[in-house]
Amino acid sequence: MATVSVCQYHPGGFSFENCKRNALLEADINKLGFSSPAARKTGTTICGVVYKDGVVLGADTRATEGMVVADKNCSKIHYISPNIYCCGAGTAADTEMTTQIISSNLELHALSTGRLPRVATANRMLKQMLFRYQGYIGAALVLGGVDCTGPHLYSIYPHGSTDKLPYVTMGSGSLAAMAVFEDRYRPNMEEEEAKRLVRDAIAAGIFNDLGSGSNIDLCVITKGKVDYLRPHDVANKKGVRTGSYRYKHGTTGVLTKAVIPLNLEVVEESVQTMDTS
Amino acid sequence: MITVFPETDRKYIYADRKDEPSLKMNTRGLRSQLKDSVPVTGLCPQAGPYGVQDSLRRGFSSVKNELLPSHPLELSEKNFQFNQDKMNFNTLRNIQGLHAPLKLQMEYRAAKQIQRLPFLPSSNLALDTLRGSDDTIGFEDILNDPIQSEMMGDPHIMTEYKLGIL
Repeated sequence: MATVSVCQYHPGGFSFENCKRNALLEADINKLGFSSPAARKTGTTICGVVYKDGVVLGADTRATEGMVVADKNCSKIHYISPNIYCCGAGTAADTEMTTQIISSNLELHALSTGRLPRVATANRMLKQMLFRYQGYIGAALVLGGVDCTGPHLYSIYPHGSTDKLPYVTMGSGSLAAMAVFEDRYRPNMEEEEAKRLVRDAIAAGIFNDLGSGSNIDLCVITKGKVDYLRPHDVANKKGVRTGSYRYKHGTTGVLTKAVIPLNLEVVEESVQTMDTS
Repeated sequence: MITVFPETDRKYIYADRKDEPSLKMNTRGLRSQLKDSVPVTGLCPQAGPYGVQDSLRRGFSSVKNELLPSHPLELSEKNFQFNQDKMNFNTLRNIQGLHAPLKLQMEYRAAKQIQRLPFLPSSNLALDTLRGSDDTIGFEDILNDPIQSEMMGDPHIMTEYKLGIL
């Protein structure tokens, strides 16, 4: 019997053992007419804007799985460091894992340097990792934060390119949100105006794009303070029922009534103490 | 004698063991140093010591499996660490001169030899500290952690492979 011997230690990380098998299975399934299960995506609207004192990030809260809403209230604004937050669009697992890995790496880096991490560092780490995997990690991110050099906002695409801009949008609803930004953005806005602008941009994405929906989350980052407003605005309330389907008492007439008392006597009584150790 | 690879060639650093009287290893052990590298241009064919396909140890192979990788990222990921090191050493050589990568690779060689038996997981602490990967987390730490794998390699075969006797 020929066995495949393991001659060396496998280093860990991604394993491509099942790729050929998966491709064969997919071909077989497609021949039968079915489709393989789709990954959960966050067809999304995310956006960010730099205002006078800092950065405002906004996101909707719908996660889709094909044509079905998988999560009506998912959180798309991920923590990276106390002064940096990141919105994620694309495959939900990819954005989740990527932001967690970068958050851990930034924490280790900050412990090593002894300083508050910079947004440019997080950007560089993210773009190098995404480029390494050539776009197979489907994470489109809006990274924003305030560090010692001021407020910064980056958009990072799944293949690893980044843009540093005063206002960015990503996701399937990005065009709707960008339309609002292009109309009403101006540099050095006040906080309330910036929050209203981001809220309106996300609302445009929610109401005009099928992949985005539910509530609007905001994250306002300033020097030394972060306001995570979840939900900032419940734009889509689930409908309230206007009528009641309960029948009134007395709808069904009672014909006969028979009462049979069950006489039970106590046979045995025992007390079992709870194990609270 | 230590040979450094020139930029365009695919050879590797190796120490000529014939010059070390203290190490009584036969020169067959040299093969154990060279065989672990994956040539960048293609997948390694499952060749055994006589050049033919090694069914007993590597299993059946098909031409289709050997020609193309099963995923576009497979080759790039297999060689990633190696390529990164190569690029970094080249940059270091261009900036600081030949002595810098030479000294560093000597330390790498020394640290790589601090291992447990081939079939046991080694912590690679010195190697990690040299590389700087002791304060980074990547997918290789989270996914498929070899310390948590459910299967262990056969001790005899792994030791033989390490010594180049296999």
